[in-house]
Amino acid sequence: MLELKGITKRFPGVVANDRVDLTLRASEVHALLGENGAGKTTLMSILYGLQRPDEGEIHLDGRPVRIHSPREALRLGLSLVPQHPLLVERHTVAENLILGQRGSFFLPRRPHQQPLPVDPDARVEDLSAGQKQQVEIARALLRGARVLILDEPTSVLAPPEVDQLFAHLAAIKARGVAIVFISHKLDEVLALSDRITVLRGGKKVGERERRDATRDDLVRLMVGRDLLPPTAVSPPGPGVRLDVQGLEVDADNGRRAVRGASFTLAPGEVLGIAGVAGSGQRELAEALAGLRPFRGRALLDGESIAGCSPAALFARGLAHVPEDRATGAVPALNVAEALALRTYRSTGPRLDLSRMTSEAERLIREFRIAAPGPETPVRLLSGGNVQRTILARELSGSLRALIAVHPTYGVDVGATEQIHRLLVERAAQGVSVVLVTENIDELYALSHRVAVLFEGTLRGPWPSAEVNVERLGRLMTGKDAA
Amino acid sequence: MTQELLAAALRALSLGAPLLIAAVGAIANERAGVVNLGIEGMMALGALAAFSVAVEGHSPALAVAAALGAGMLAALLHAVVSLTVGANSYVSGLALAMLGSGVAGILGRRYEGFPLLDPVAEEPFLVAAGALAVGLWVFLRFTRPGLVLRSVGESPAAADALGVHVTAVRYGAVAFGGALAGLAGAFLSLSYRPAWTDGMTGGMGWIAVALVIFVGWHPLRAVAGSTFFGLLYYLQFRLQDQGRIPVEAFGAMPYLLVVLALALSGLRKARGSAPAALGIPYRRGER
Amino acid sequence: MSGDLRRLAPLGVYGAAILVAFALVGGVLAGFGASPLECYEAILHASFVDPQGRSEVLRRTIPLLLIGGGLTVAFRAGFLNIGAEGQLLLGAVGAAAVALFLPATPASLPAMFLAGAIAGALWAFPAAWLRTHLRVHEILTTLMLTPVAEYLVVYLINGPWRGEHVRGFSYTDAFPERLQLPVLEGTLVHWPTLALGAALAAALQVLLTHTPAGYELRVAGSSPKVARYAGIPIHRVVFLAGILSGGAAGLAGAGEVAGIHHRLLEPAQVSLGYGYTAIIVAWLARGRPLAVLLTAPLLGAILAGGDTLKTGFNMPFRIIDVFSGTLLLCLITAEALWARRERRGP
Repeated sequence: MLELKGITKRFPGVVANDRVDLTLRASEVHALLGENGAGKTTLMSILYGLQRPDEGEIHLDGRPVRIHSPREALRLGLSLVPQHPLLVERHTVAENLILGQRGSFFLPRRPHQQPLPVDPDARVEDLSAGQKQQVEIARALLRGARVLILDEPTSVLAPPEVDQLFAHLAAIKARGVAIVFISHKLDEVLALSDRITVLRGGKKVGERERRDATRDDLVRLMVGRDLLPPTAVSPPGPGVRLDVQGLEVDADNGRRAVRGASFTLAPGEVLGIAGVAGSGQRELAEALAGLRPFRGRALLDGESIAGCSPAALFARGLAHVPEDRATGAVPALNVAEALALRTYRSTGPRLDLSRMTSEAERLIREFRIAAPGPETPVRLLSGGNVQRTILARELSGSLRALIAVHPTYGVDVGATEQIHRLLVERAAQGVSVVLVTENIDELYALSHRVAVLFEGTLRGPWPSAEVNVERLGRLMTGKDAA
Repeated sequence: MTQELLAAALRALSLGAPLLIAAVGAIANERAGVVNLGIEGMMALGALAAFSVAVEGHSPALAVAAALGAGMLAALLHAVVSLTVGANSYVSGLALAMLGSGVAGILGRRYEGFPLLDPVAEEPFLVAAGALAVGLWVFLRFTRPGLVLRSVGESPAAADALGVHVTAVRYGAVAFGGALAGLAGAFLSLSYRPAWTDGMTGGMGWIAVALVIFVGWHPLRAVAGSTFFGLLYYLQFRLQDQGRIPVEAFGAMPYLLVVLALALSGLRKARGSAPAALGIPYRRGER
Repeated sequence: MSGDLRRLAPLGVYGAAILVAFALVGGVLAGFGASPLECYEAILHASFVDPQGRSEVLRRTIPLLLIGGGLTVAFRAGFLNIGAEGQLLLGAVGAAAVALFLPATPASLPAMFLAGAIAGALWAFPAAWLRTHLRVHEILTTLMLTPVAEYLVVYLINGPWRGEHVRGFSYTDAFPERLQLPVLEGTLVHWPTLALGAALAAALQVLLTHTPAGYELRVAGSSPKVARYAGIPIHRVVFLAGILSGGAAGLAGAGEVAGIHHRLLEPAQVSLGYGYTAIIVAWLARGRPLAVLLTAPLLGAILAGGDTLKTGFNMPFRIIDVFSGTLLLCLITAEALWARRERRGP
């Protein structure tokens, strides 16, 4: 029914999609599988009109079509259910359902004929993530969608909701709708799909019918190798550097995001924390970095870090590479000023500009930041170089522990390699690292031990050799009892 | 006694009418997510446009139309600068307030000192003010286009993903707000004080902006709010002659009360009830 | 584009914006019935050629320098103080209080300025407090206090502070001789205040670029997220920037009454719209206090030009608002278009 041929999309520094072909058939669930950064989301945003491909064609029912905007995609019968619900939070379910439709001038009392699993007068902001997703799906169906695109649909769902979703999708499929869903989770892909296309590094590396697909086969296609790379880190030292017991952290909406997390880190040890988005990683990292209050105990080299400001923590040797680059550096300031964000107070009442500049030059050289000079505004740097800048700053000084959140997200291969090397070097020098990442490769390459956050509960940590990818996936979706 | 009270109430209503009209317009564009601080300037332009047309002997209807047009044009300029060009919408509004008042003051010089021989009755304006408030409430709450407008102000990304033309809706809302600001000005120069003087809007445009925040972006509550301020203005005139409180205190009162009202809104966390995307420019997200 | 050219390009863009603004205002002038070319020629002549005209420009530059410097810092911190006009008036009140009611000593003049600064800062305090504690946007709160300041001054000069030998107009008694600032021969240019303004601009520039406090202010004003991440106390920074800009405006008010009027007068005579015009001064300075040394005279010339137009072409003084509004619009448009170009990539 729907064919994508030779879709190519380039961004500065990276080819997100490289001549990808994809065919969708009615009454079929087609899974798009791949790691984060493999190009799945880009492909779907092209299909939905949010991006335009640099090369390639899209054919619907045999006719070539151009999809310039979401409006056109909708007109053609393509509906996207995004990973994070795109609903008007303050409005009711009914209002959100009506928003997509054409109709009378005055609002109807009931926008739909079929019964909804959700109360139509409830406000969207009061619903659970699973319920919001159902609203999105219901809205798509009300518009008469022929192709339903689901982006990581289970990433915010609890296990019982996942089962409900699968049942619902089966019913929708029976009505003739073509379903594409994007995922990086093997289990679900195997449970739900009829056909599977695997993307890696922007290329399509394989397509399988469900009955022909095996788990190992898919892992190999996704990851690119049979064996996971050996951990490159040197063994940790003795003692305890970071001691966390019963950590409880609340999210912005008041609900508990982290429930009683406990772990210890030796000097030079790397703890990799995996988990689906929204499992509490951000709150955990912010709590340890002094940006969020917490309950429980957290000690750095025996002394509590409770109530300390980020600046005080940095002085004690605790650095933080934030999840979002925009939080780590000010676009309007220049590289030297970005590099001084932690140390600007250290020279007393006067900012020592010449020292800032020479420090910046040194760090630019040492970390290979591709910038014309210390005066270059940060906003002119590429994502990878901004990340290098942030790392250069955080890794300087007498470092004892580092909280690194998605350190290589959206960063090109060269910078990724360099960042990994830097982290390994620091660990070898005795720095303890809490590494939060969605990149499984990175997780296994760098961590001595891995742990999984699921709905705020920390499972593990275990030595990384004891947890294979499949088990990790099960832990991340709460299916593993351990 | 009741005669007096009734008269006072009527005066309060008519003093509050321009505030209400301007505020209803502002509610419309703010619910769509666009801040327009230039209402004061648009009111001045509307007042001048209406007056200049009326003084030449044309019908009041044409004068009002001129006011609507003048306000709308100025508002469209604000829309272009803040929506299409993407400049800071707060400063753009401020600049237009200055510009509008200035242009009106300059072009209106020749009309100063000529009262309108045939002033327009106040009642139609009062009725229009009330009708507009109720009409906007009905529109926002009960109609499909109203829902679209509200959604654009709450979550333009969600609306965009559903095929709503966010920019067009915002342009429309801003134009409507500007037209109403012009209408409020027309009331001042055609009815309330049927003459043109430089600065006759007297800060009402700013009070209207504050009023919107104070009543929580709700058109019906704006009726109560504008009547309240109308009452204040009335008291200011009535109590001017008594000796004990200095007359300047009354003059300052509306402004102090605006600050107080804003402080109260802050306490009530009224900002939480502001349209979520208010004042934030929308660009379809790119990677 | 090579590095140096890239740095100069914004200047060119703003220069173009200013020229566009002048052209547009020319249109309004024509609408009024005056020839734009004649008008501009008259303004240029008055600003640069005529000695009396030059001193008028300088006189207006003084308060613009002070207020503009303070506002530049406030804007950089993200605090849009629109009420400098009122803060200036309160500064005049404070200085007048010292001059009229305290015995005249050698310390009186500095005391007047100190009182002016404190009064101006106090007048900015409500808006600053509401912003940092209740998240109320400061545009409305600063603006609304200006008419209140005006009414306060009117009350004082008509009531408790009314001068003894007043005929017709309202004003207080004259300040004692000792408390009147020296001026340049034959002009109204009270040069000590001018020097103060220049010194303040320089000091603020140093504060922004060479001190940790200035660094924190720049970070907090550009990116609150990053400021929070680094542990910078954003609220305190914004609050102090707001108060500081109020104090600078207060200094300007003190200067006006100590240097020119030597008494407290009606608001419209104390300030010729300096508080509003200074907004443009600060915006043009693009966050660099030292740049007000250039932008304040420019706007001073425009203000004086308004007078020229009033006397020579019978144009209402409102033309200044037209200038201000148009300039501001052209500036922010140019800024936005330039930023858009940069976003598209090199």
